[in-house]
Formats: sequence, C-alpha cells, structure tokens
Amino acid sequence: MTDPIALQAAAELFPNGVSRYAVGGLLVGLGAVVIYLGTGIAAGASTFLESTLSYVSDQSRFQRYVASRDWRVVFTLGIIAGAAVFAATVQSGVITTSLYEAGSTGQLYDVGGVTLWMTDVQPWRLFVGGILVGIGTRIGKGCTSGHGVCGVGSASKTSIVGVITFLTVAIGTAQIVSALGVSP
Amino acid sequence: MADRHPLFMPLILVGGLIFGFGLGFSQMARPEVVLDFLQFEDFGLLFVMFGAAIVSGVAFAVMPRVRDRAPLTGDAYERRLKSFDRNVLVGGAIFGVGWGLSGICPGAAYASLGTGNVAILWALAGMFVGAYLQGYWRSHTADTDAATSAAD
Repeated sequence: MTDPIALQAAAELFPNGVSRYAVGGLLVGLGAVVIYLGTGIAAGASTFLESTLSYVSDQSRFQRYVASRDWRVVFTLGIIAGAAVFAATVQSGVITTSLYEAGSTGQLYDVGGVTLWMTDVQPWRLFVGGILVGIGTRIGKGCTSGHGVCGVGSASKTSIVGVITFLTVAIGTAQIVSALGVSP
Repeated sequence: MADRHPLFMPLILVGGLIFGFGLGFSQMARPEVVLDFLQFEDFGLLFVMFGAAIVSGVAFAVMPRVRDRAPLTGDAYERRLKSFDRNVLVGGAIFGVGWGLSGICPGAAYASLGTGNVAILWALAGMFVGAYLQGYWRSHTADTDAATSAAD
C-alpha cells in the first residue's frame, strides 16, 4: 500500500518525475568518468572560457591555460555535439522514451526534420547573468561541473562550500527576480 | 601537444559527447528548468547534480586504489581538490547571482547551443566578457603585486 499523501507530496515536489533527471545526471557523470579514467583529468566546463581567451589575449591570467586549451575546445565541441545528438534523436522523436516530454517551456522549432528548442528567457537576463557567471566561476575556482560534479565527487570541502554558496545565492536571486515579476 | 597519446583527443571528445547528451536529456540545458528548480517548483534537478557527483565519486574513490597512472597521459589519479580561500565564497556568490538571474551555467550553456537554443549565445557572450574582465583585472593586479614586491 502506498500512502496517497506521500504520493501527492512527491508529485508536487517532482511534477516531471525524477527519472529523466537521474538518467541525465548519470550520463553527465559517466562523461566525466570516461575522461578521468583515460587521462586522470577531472574536467570542468568553465576553464574553457579563460583557456580559449588565451588564443586572442596575452593577459598572463589566460596564458597559464595554454597547455590545456586545445583539449578544452574539443571537450566543449563534444558537449555541443552530444546535445545536438540528443536533439536529433530523442527531442526529434526518432528515439521515443517515456522519460522525454516536450514540456511547456520554451519553443520547439523544426530545421530540416530535426526538432530544435529555443528558450523564452529574455536576452538581457542571459547576457547579464552570463557576465556574472563568467566572473564568478573563474574567481570561485569552478562551476557546476568542476565543483558540483568532480569536486563534490572528490568529497572536496572547498567544492562543497562552493556549491552551497552558489546554490544558496542562486535560489535567493531567482526568487527575488521572480517576485519582482520578471518572467520569463 | 605533439607528444600526446593518439587516443587522447578522441577520448576527450567521447567524454564530451556523453556529458552533453546527458545535459540535454536531463533538460538542465534549458534555463527554464533550472529556474523552476531555483524557484522551488521542480526539485528534479537535484538528481542531475547528485546523480552525476555519485557516478564521478565512485571513479574518484576507486581509481587511485587500483591503478597508479592514467593510460593516455601517465598522470596520477587524484581527486579534484582545490585550496580554500575567500575567492571560493566571493566567486561562488557572484556565480550564484548570475545563475539565478539567467538559469544557465557554462556546461549547460554549451549543451543548450547543441539543442538549437541560439538565444543562449547571449549567455555565452556574457560569460566570455565576464571571464575576460576578471582575467584582465587579475592579470594586472598580479603584475602590480609582482612589481611592488620586486621594488621591495
């Protein structure tokens, strides 16, 4: 017998279930593990921003990443391509799974038989938020993948404190922005 | 690097492909889904972050015990440990404001572009601007510090 109140609470906390999130998360972790097993590298996504700037800027801060900048470009192109494979298969309905729902967020559009997706979040939020993400992840020594996946996976106290910090501040910010009536 | 193992770059690419497919599948590449999580409307995203951390955690715990060095680089298997200082809090807080405003973080932004979300180029442009601003500032602060100590 399942408690109907518990079911209702779960439905409110997880209106889209947890399966697609868990499966996606396992794949994200698996991608990081494949790189770690082969190379010993605990990959993060945000260093790419600075290492790529070293191609065009002589600033000493970026030049320190010259040795890793080539593979970081490959890693990022892999992430883009992997998400494109998702779009061309699951999002386009070529592979059907009960875990995927088109959802009510953003806009789906079609290019050459591939179903693509576009956000409704306003450009100024993306741009201003992006600037702060660029500053903060690089000063704070990591982002959601470096601190969140590899750092927490390493039981690093620094990363756990980092994640608690950015998660708490992000929740506060999103709630305030929403309360101010900014949507989407 | 010319002396890298021939499988180094292909492996990085494969890892990136799986990582990006996972971000697409989990829908963390959609800013709206992240914002729903931060606004307490859907807590599913916790399963993405902790699911990924658990999988990587197994590898970080096991590999250093079973093998000394990674086959493609000869590097030792180590955990990802960074030193703690005030920057972790200051940077984390700035990142938090940006993540809460935009709903997007770096890895998810790359993946978002792959799902066709060309509007995310605004966020990527912003991230490069932000990374450049802090790098410019820190390069010059470091130079000033070095010059000061050299003068001393």
